Amino acid sequence: MTKKEKRERKKYLLISVISFAAFILIWECVTEIFGLIPPKKLPSPRTIVNVFLYKLSNTNPDGSVLTAHILTSLKESVLGFIIGVGLGVPLGICMAWFEKFDLFFKPLFDLIKPIPPVGWVPIMLMLFGLSIWSKVTVIAIASIVPAIINSYSGIKQMNPVHKWVAQTFGASDRQILFTVAIPTAGPMIFAGIEVALNASWVTLVAAELVAATQGLGYMIQTSRMVGRIDIVFMGVLVIGAFGALFTWLLGMLRRKLVKGGR
Amino acid sequence: MEGKKLNGNESVVRLENLKKSFEINGEDVQIINGINLDIKKNEFIVLFGAGQCGKTTLLKMIAGLEDITDGNIYINDKKSSGFNEDVGMVYQTTALFPWLSVMGNVEFGPKHRGAAKSERRKKAQYYIDLVGLSGFEKHFPVQLSGGMQQRVGIARAYANDPEIILMDEPFGHLDAQTRYLMEEDVEKIWAREKRTVIFVTNNIEEALYLADRIIILTECPATVMKEYVIDLPRPRSMVSEEFLRLREEISRLADARESEAG
Ligand SMILES: Nc1ncnc2c1ncn2[C@@H]1O[C@H](COP(=O)(O)OP(=O)(O)OP(=O)(O)O)[C@@H](O)[C@H]1O
Ligand SMILES: [Mg+2]
Repeated sequence: MTKKEKRERKKYLLISVISFAAFILIWECVTEIFGLIPPKKLPSPRTIVNVFLYKLSNTNPDGSVLTAHILTSLKESVLGFIIGVGLGVPLGICMAWFEKFDLFFKPLFDLIKPIPPVGWVPIMLMLFGLSIWSKVTVIAIASIVPAIINSYSGIKQMNPVHKWVAQTFGASDRQILFTVAIPTAGPMIFAGIEVALNASWVTLVAAELVAATQGLGYMIQTSRMVGRIDIVFMGVLVIGAFGALFTWLLGMLRRKLVKGGR
Repeated sequence: MEGKKLNGNESVVRLENLKKSFEINGEDVQIINGINLDIKKNEFIVLFGAGQCGKTTLLKMIAGLEDITDGNIYINDKKSSGFNEDVGMVYQTTALFPWLSVMGNVEFGPKHRGAAKSERRKKAQYYIDLVGLSGFEKHFPVQLSGGMQQRVGIARAYANDPEIILMDEPFGHLDAQTRYLMEEDVEKIWAREKRTVIFVTNNIEEALYLADRIIILTECPATVMKEYVIDLPRPRSMVSEEFLRLREEISRLADARESEAG
């Protein structure tokens, strides 16, 4: 990183912190300080922090402490995401590279692709009940679709000249797949994984709203029914924080693995 | 460099009534129509052809990247079929792998053949230095100018130690100034690291500056129109009387070729 880039990054970070602080401040002003919006409609940041601390040790009103909800949601989303991406990326690559694979999986994939992931919840609920697997399978389906689509089109983007280069160095088809096609697809594959990550969180909450006994989505749903809007807001923010954390981790991984820009 | 015969008369590449046609919209279109050519060891051959008339296709056939429709290609008196490790190629567009550094690109060939790391690094470094890119080993292609990218392409072809190097209009996209510098360097490298070079261009000065022999190809379908042996002393002056006379003559020939094609 050059000096200039470092300075730019610092500036960027500073602006982000300021905007975030300003947002919290305005929020606090319109709720707690000036009382423009009643706490029944919008709880203040202070209340949310308090209820966050409270939920760490208290099981009201949904029967579990916050960390238990977080752990359940993490288990479901991470498991579903890893299964979806772990199957989707190789499948997309193989469909793009081997014609037979494509012929075999394409019709099935075209059928599954347009189904909104949440549409699977009732089916999985009947198959797996309220166990984590009803959520894991739905999340896996939600993340497998973007993983397949992006890996597929990433491989198809291989520059024929790059293929010639490898061939004049004596590379076999298999070697071309690993040394040329997959590196070509790298940025696209990562973009697909990012979409899959988002999809997995969105789907998780939606699935937990209807089919769970624990988890952040379940906590939000139960709190809403008993009118605890402070817990609803806190739950939503926790989900946002975890989403941001994972996006950040994935960004780090991408910068390590995908080099050179295209 | 090698312990082979150095009498300079053996034929390294021989094209025998070489033909190529492509099926375009269900019709067989002839692109190359019977080229005969005998290329000697360490000769610098320039193919001077019209646009879109099979120059790239001809080089690809020699490199084993394209099927032969009819006729034969002999490399070192062996009938060529498919990939040949004695042939390296520099491409018309930048064909560098964007995900690899300069070093990664140049060592690609030796690495592919399974050369030990220290050995291939040494070899790659030698050619990176030779093309004047010392200090840029860790840069990625996006960070380099067009001229520098083509230098990497040249180093990459040399680093695999092929006996024959094909260069397909490597400087076609460069501005005149850079182009001239590159021509000088290509000649210097060739003088130092004797190889057989087949160089395609549609620039007359470039052809006259570099060639031992210029092969002028006809409009489509391409055949050999005329051949010039250029024995001006090197490095050549582009304003010497003989240079200007030949330039005049060849450009008149090229004009005639164009008007004939209508
Ligand atoms: N794989 C292919 N299938 C069908 N037609 C092809 C194929 N490759 C090349 N052609 C056609 O053959 C002709 C010659 O192509 P080629 O690229 O060899 O010409 P060129 O002389 O190198 O052109 P340029 O001056 O643009 O570099 C073109 O009309 C092209 O469309
Ligand atoms: Mg061409």
